[in-house]
Amino acid sequence: MADDIAAPGPPLAVAMRGIVKRFPGVVANDGVDFDLRVGEVHALLGENGAGKSTLMNVLGGLYRPDAGEVAVFGERVDFHSPRDAIAAGLGMVHQHFALVPTQTVTENVLIGLDRPRFRIDLARFDDEIADLARRHGLALDPRARIWQLSVGEQQRVEILKFLYRGARVLILDEPTAVLAPQEADDLFRTLRSMVADGASVVFISHKLAEVSRIADRVTVMRRGRVTAAGIPSAGTTPEGLALLMVGREVLETIERTPFRPGPVVLSVRAVEATGDRGVPALRGVSLDIRSGEILGVAGVAGNGQSELAQIVTGLRPTTAGSVTVNGDDVTNRPPREVIRRHVAHVPEDRTGVGSAPDLSIADNLIMKSYHDAPIARRWAIDTGAVRRFAIGLKERFDIAAPSVDIDARLLSGGNLQRLILAREITSDPSLMVAVQPTRGLDVGAIATVHRLLLAQRESGSATLLISEDLDEVLGLSDRVAVMYEGRIVGIFDAVEADVAAIGLLMTGGSAPSLAEPGSPAELVS
Amino acid sequence: MTAPAPARAPSRVRIALPWSVRLERRLETPRWLPAMTTVGAVVVALLISGVVLALAGGEPIPAFVHIVRASFGSLGVISDTLVKATPLILTGLACALAFRMRLWNIGAEGQFLMGAWGASAVVLIPIVPAGTPSIITIPLMMAAGMLAGGAYGAIPGILKAVRGVNEIIVTLMLNYVAALWIAYWVFGPWSEGGFQLTAQFPREAWLPRLSDFADAIPAFSGLTVHFGFVIALVAAVLVRFLLVRSRLGYEIRLIGDSPRAARYAGIDVARTIVIVFALSGALAGLAGMSEVSGVVHRLQLAISPGYGFTAIIVAYIAKLNPYGVVVASIAFGALILAGREIQPSGIPAMIQGILLFSLIASEVVLRYRVRVTRRVA
Ligand SMILES: Nc1ncnc2c1ncn2[C@@H]1O[C@H](COP(=O)(O)OP(=O)(O)OP(=O)(O)O)[C@@H](O)[C@H]1O
Ligand SMILES: [Mg+2]
Repeated sequence: MADDIAAPGPPLAVAMRGIVKRFPGVVANDGVDFDLRVGEVHALLGENGAGKSTLMNVLGGLYRPDAGEVAVFGERVDFHSPRDAIAAGLGMVHQHFALVPTQTVTENVLIGLDRPRFRIDLARFDDEIADLARRHGLALDPRARIWQLSVGEQQRVEILKFLYRGARVLILDEPTAVLAPQEADDLFRTLRSMVADGASVVFISHKLAEVSRIADRVTVMRRGRVTAAGIPSAGTTPEGLALLMVGREVLETIERTPFRPGPVVLSVRAVEATGDRGVPALRGVSLDIRSGEILGVAGVAGNGQSELAQIVTGLRPTTAGSVTVNGDDVTNRPPREVIRRHVAHVPEDRTGVGSAPDLSIADNLIMKSYHDAPIARRWAIDTGAVRRFAIGLKERFDIAAPSVDIDARLLSGGNLQRLILAREITSDPSLMVAVQPTRGLDVGAIATVHRLLLAQRESGSATLLISEDLDEVLGLSDRVAVMYEGRIVGIFDAVEADVAAIGLLMTGGSAPSLAEPGSPAELVS
Repeated sequence: MTAPAPARAPSRVRIALPWSVRLERRLETPRWLPAMTTVGAVVVALLISGVVLALAGGEPIPAFVHIVRASFGSLGVISDTLVKATPLILTGLACALAFRMRLWNIGAEGQFLMGAWGASAVVLIPIVPAGTPSIITIPLMMAAGMLAGGAYGAIPGILKAVRGVNEIIVTLMLNYVAALWIAYWVFGPWSEGGFQLTAQFPREAWLPRLSDFADAIPAFSGLTVHFGFVIALVAAVLVRFLLVRSRLGYEIRLIGDSPRAARYAGIDVARTIVIVFALSGALAGLAGMSEVSGVVHRLQLAISPGYGFTAIIVAYIAKLNPYGVVVASIAFGALILAGREIQPSGIPAMIQGILLFSLIASEVVLRYRVRVTRRVA
């Protein structure tokens, strides 16, 4: 019996007992116990779909458990909404932020509070909020508008919102998935400073290496159950954690066949483009990718990588230069023209661009193939063929969902990424543009995706791989291009690449050995 | 076991009742819920209307019975109800189709008028010589009505696709333009001896009615329901097919859910906006054709008591489902008809209003869960 839930003694910040949460066709949480001590950082690990987000949504007041009890600081609670959870001192930062883009940082922090009574007083709060941010090492301009901020900065605003409301427990769902390594370090410093002030933090992550760095204890979930409860992170290794997560050894050995480049598939010449904020994002980028080659792009987020992927796939106009695919000029051609030339695209923004949240899994899987047989019969869509196609992909790519008819928004983060990968890889691409393809995936799934990308390479397609994970880029690519401020500042043979030199280039330093920055790719290799 | 900690008091309502009622945001919507809330909302609306009737000194039950009798009581009135439902179905489908893509076409009224004008033009210009048989005249009128309505619908579509102009404002204003356009023709070139209406169409331009077959089947005598109703039902089936079984329908649903994902999928969003607006306008135009050819038999100023606006409500109540549009249109047709019979005639209008309000309110039930909890002392 869960007697101890409201027991006296040194109170736990959070105690969850026997939490059960069912969804149609799945038991997302199957009797989960979870403890968060005051003043600790507690990492929550588990495979995609293990039930981590669900458990934290129960804690954050978004879901009501079907069974089980929750106590916060020794007091039993029964949250009906996130508002209740906030009132009890709990703040949850989701992967998708709930900020108002046109308003300032201060306005967003104050949203939903009674203060200030009048807008006119707003300026007074700027200082207060800037102060709070500084105390916790959150670099932010309170007057900046949200749309001007990077993802990392927006995340800081979310955290600031809860700090301002005096949250004593902060829940972060995969906070580092969208952060550059540097930003992740800043976040960890902030979390440490909060914990030093007596706050407690739950932290969901798939990055095992960072878990032992930042977390005091670790809880591992698998298929809705806890497989390791609150073990001290000091003694853990990434391999050991992976074993607990998937129940078997995960060996990520990237085996690459020798590089046998074929003809040039993608050729980008002196391309310039403007970014979302109206400033130049690409300033004369040139590169070639050959059949059977993976070109990795390394760089700190926001240096033009996203825009590079967009100009190749026709989603962003270029202001100068040219893009050709298999010899066809596709510069500023509509996306459909590019897709028809067998260009697949795993986009960075999986909920906004890569999927339609309120359409079914099946509808999402046919996004790139609904034009052609067997899905389409002239202007009609063969619903039977759609189902067969979708069920086939769901099984082949191990997408965890009760059926292909449920809405895509109900998929766990990692399973949605699998859906997108399944769709793009099966489109039999001659060029694959993969942006952060393993973001949010568990270790097992990452290994699978890496294998799939390498299989693509072997079957002769060209791959433009954009990733903030330098290890991933170096491990998979034949050549590595480094981007900085909209330019390619260096291209290396991945085998001989000097990590230190790349790191320097990524942050704007110069590598002495480099002859001609920004020169076309074929100079190397 | 230690005593259970007191449940945290709800944040706002603090009335000392043994029960507390709260709204919780729903994250999961059961499949049966949308249909159930619609039925529930109708029941609630009838209850409220009954109370209002009773307060006004009326007798609710007899009043309802009367309404039902006035619209479904005999073959004759059922037929009249269907006549009223016909333009609502077609304009309702026009709205439902556009709304699926989150194109807010509130110009069905104007497109209806243009369709009526286009159909009239076939016999009034005339495009076909007098005496052309129905089998040629009617399809031509249908085509002309759809063409006129479709072209008129395409205008806001093109403006939105090319320039990003807000379609709500454009469609709303075009309704007035269309009304003036009709006025010009019925006052001017097509005026019948100075009256504000055109000459009656020749018989060949009339959609057949059931009463036309009274010679063969006596029971049909006096039944005014015309072929337009069949056209409307066929249109509903086609729109449904279009939405769930066609490539265009898939594109409409995808754009409606996420325009960015649609662009990523290679869909030409601008082109689809124009196509859907034109289709929507064509459906509304067909309604106009069916009305002049099936009911009025001439063009005149007052050919629509606001069908194109009621259509918005119909589409909304039907939750944008084509078959739902048919059902909702028949219900509204009945209320319109009853409005002529019942005194005071405002009663059906009131019921219509209450129905709309309770349906909108029922959305809350879809999005939130109402939870009644017993307070722990
Ligand atoms: N609202 C919902 N309706 C139906 N099923 C859901 C819902 N939310 C989650 N699920 C299902 O519950 C399971 C657990 O999902 P959850 O989001 O908790 O996983 P997770 O551990 O956070 O995974 P990931 O690492 O991929 O984010 C999944 O199978 C998911 O599809
Ligand atoms: Mg998750």
